[in-house]
Amino acid sequence: MSDLEKFRSETRAWLQANCPPEMRKPMTSDGDTFWGGRNTKFSSEPQRVWFERMRDKGWTVPDWPREYGGGGLDAAEHKVLRAEMAAMGARSPLSSFGIWMLGPALLKYGTEAQKKEHLPKIAAGLIRWCQGYSEPNAGSDLASLQTRAESDGDDYVITGQKIWTSYANYADWIFCLVRTDATAKKHDGISFILFDMASKGVSTKPILLISGYSPFCETFFDNVRVPKSHVVGTVNRGWDVAKYLLQHERAMISGMGERGVGRPLGQVAADSVGSDEQGRLEDPMLRGQIATFEIDEAALSAAAERAVDLAKAGQAHPAFSSAMKYYGTELNKRRHEILMSAGGIDALEWESERSKGGARPRAWLRTKANSIEGGTSEVMLGIVAKRILDLPGA
Amino acid sequence: MALVLNEEQSMLRDSARGFISDKAPVSHLRQLRDAKDATGFSRELWKGFAEMGFAGLLVPEAFGGSGLGCVEAGIVMEEIGRTLMPSPYLATSVLAASALARGGSDAQKWQYLPKISDGSLLAAFAVDEGAKHRPLMTKLKAVRSGNGFKLSGEKAFVVDGHTADLLIVAARSAGAAGERDGLTLFLVDPKTKGVAVERTAMVDAHNAARIVFDNAEVNADGVLGEVDQGFALLDGVLNIGRAAVASEMVGLSEEVFGRTVTYLKERKQFGKLIGEFQALQHRAAQLYIDIEITRAAVLKALQTLDASFDKAGAAVAVAKARAGTTATLAVQEGVQMHGGMGMTDQFDIGFFMKRARVCQELFGDSNFHADRLARMKNY
Repeated sequence: MSDLEKFRSETRAWLQANCPPEMRKPMTSDGDTFWGGRNTKFSSEPQRVWFERMRDKGWTVPDWPREYGGGGLDAAEHKVLRAEMAAMGARSPLSSFGIWMLGPALLKYGTEAQKKEHLPKIAAGLIRWCQGYSEPNAGSDLASLQTRAESDGDDYVITGQKIWTSYANYADWIFCLVRTDATAKKHDGISFILFDMASKGVSTKPILLISGYSPFCETFFDNVRVPKSHVVGTVNRGWDVAKYLLQHERAMISGMGERGVGRPLGQVAADSVGSDEQGRLEDPMLRGQIATFEIDEAALSAAAERAVDLAKAGQAHPAFSSAMKYYGTELNKRRHEILMSAGGIDALEWESERSKGGARPRAWLRTKANSIEGGTSEVMLGIVAKRILDLPGA
Repeated sequence: MALVLNEEQSMLRDSARGFISDKAPVSHLRQLRDAKDATGFSRELWKGFAEMGFAGLLVPEAFGGSGLGCVEAGIVMEEIGRTLMPSPYLATSVLAASALARGGSDAQKWQYLPKISDGSLLAAFAVDEGAKHRPLMTKLKAVRSGNGFKLSGEKAFVVDGHTADLLIVAARSAGAAGERDGLTLFLVDPKTKGVAVERTAMVDAHNAARIVFDNAEVNADGVLGEVDQGFALLDGVLNIGRAAVASEMVGLSEEVFGRTVTYLKERKQFGKLIGEFQALQHRAAQLYIDIEITRAAVLKALQTLDASFDKAGAAVAVAKARAGTTATLAVQEGVQMHGGMGMTDQFDIGFFMKRARVCQELFGDSNFHADRLARMKNY
């Protein structure tokens, strides 16, 4: 048996022995996601057990180095672990912007001290992070951001406003883009800085969305004092860090289009529209839409697998995550349009027991942000046109 | 297994690309079409293909081939797609070689496979009868007669049937149209009494045939696989063919796309390169993304065929359906973005549009495979 096959059988056995049965069921509500952080609570005992066992193996971040709390797995082993977890339907033990976004940026641009300070706390779920990127006047044109960081001795003093800050009201720390040189060209005066959300001068205000939920906040900084040592990478070169991090963010968001969790769409549709004697959906047009969707979903899933393998082989284009982000988010919107269509009038109930508080329509409305957050679909297409296709003037 | 080509596969791609782009650029197809060539492909190039080891790529080594897999066959098909090289490769080296290698007796394998490998035998796979690909609806009748069978009925869209030395024919030996049981595959010499082959030059300047069988006799040695239980073999061979044609469409799509992007960077209107217009940039970017995602799906299908053949049906359906819609989009955008030039016969882009249409229909179009996937998933 090759080492990798040995790893596979050991991993399978370990997961079978350690993943509680409750943690192998599809997630159905927000409470099923464990985000970690100072004030976090587990929604159930199995959630706690599963998280702690995975954390102790370093498998909340399987491919990070062991010295930073990771599992130290190489690329092939990581792929095996993901496949084995997917095969048994094991939930992710810890969801975190620290894992998906900040971690990769710190591993590339952080000082040794910064890595030692922050990465183990991310891996152990002790600190929950949020992302301070967008501002009221800096959306798609992110580099025009205006939040100021004025130099004052060993500190920066930060003043300004961020918007669409996901879960800022629950976050412990923020990774934030600030303008450290107001005279430079817009991309050249930005720095990437980390600070505690409990700092004096930080406040947040949730924004009510069309889904009826408030996952995003406005975040205000009023003379927040932050040590200069908290800058990641070079001062005024924060745009490089920001772009690198965005690649990871986009890869994460594109994953939404390929999560084949829960019951297959065809069966969900059969519940409401019914099937004929041959087992085909009674609504042939809807059946065609679902089949076409599932073809695209399977293809996207193959493309995601291939993107990881290309990166490992050193053949990936750095802007390809924009392509995946575009396709994955558009596909996820399509999934939810189909779910609404399949559900018919049942999917319109907003406040009722039967609809679990309007879970389906609220999820449908939430997906409309997918093609806006992390860079709009139009921005993604522009990036592909410019950086991959090298089209003129793009 | 990583979803990328390994080193040997990359080398195979490079050598196939070198040979095909050198010997058979699109102008090669144009010349054959304009000369109304009776064969429709170059026998000399086919000899060269065999010498490169491509003709017997899927033939086991014991029978003179290279014993490679579907990924490798797909690599060659993709390169064929880039220049639209007319070649017996699909009919003979992919379909017939797979059918014989998977379903043949030792005697049948010894009789045909070495000749396929050395390029001396051409074969064709006769399945379709109606306007659309419906293998289960096969009606061509095989009636027992003496120690063999008599075949009666009609086949259409038999790729390269006009030059075949050997026909592999799907026939109904029992049951009714639509049933899985009762199908049998036969090896038929096209010179058999009662077999009439009519060449049909197709829209894409490639060739197929309509073949009429009128009580054509086949003896028992001509049964490929099991009598009445031929569907599994047929479906397996079709899946290899579908993935191969999907690969051809990936090559075709990428070539059209490359030519189109080049044109966007050269053509000026309103004092600007037309590639500066966002309306075209975004459509080009969408097409690029579509092609990349389809490429991954097709490679996934090829790898699945090699790794777990009997479980590859869904992956193949996904690949063929995606490749069909992607190629259709690629050629339409290709012609549209080339403007009036794209409509001229002088320009190559139209050849790609015509070939894409034929590839869509080959072994089931995107709708066929979407329906197939839905059936597999029970909805």
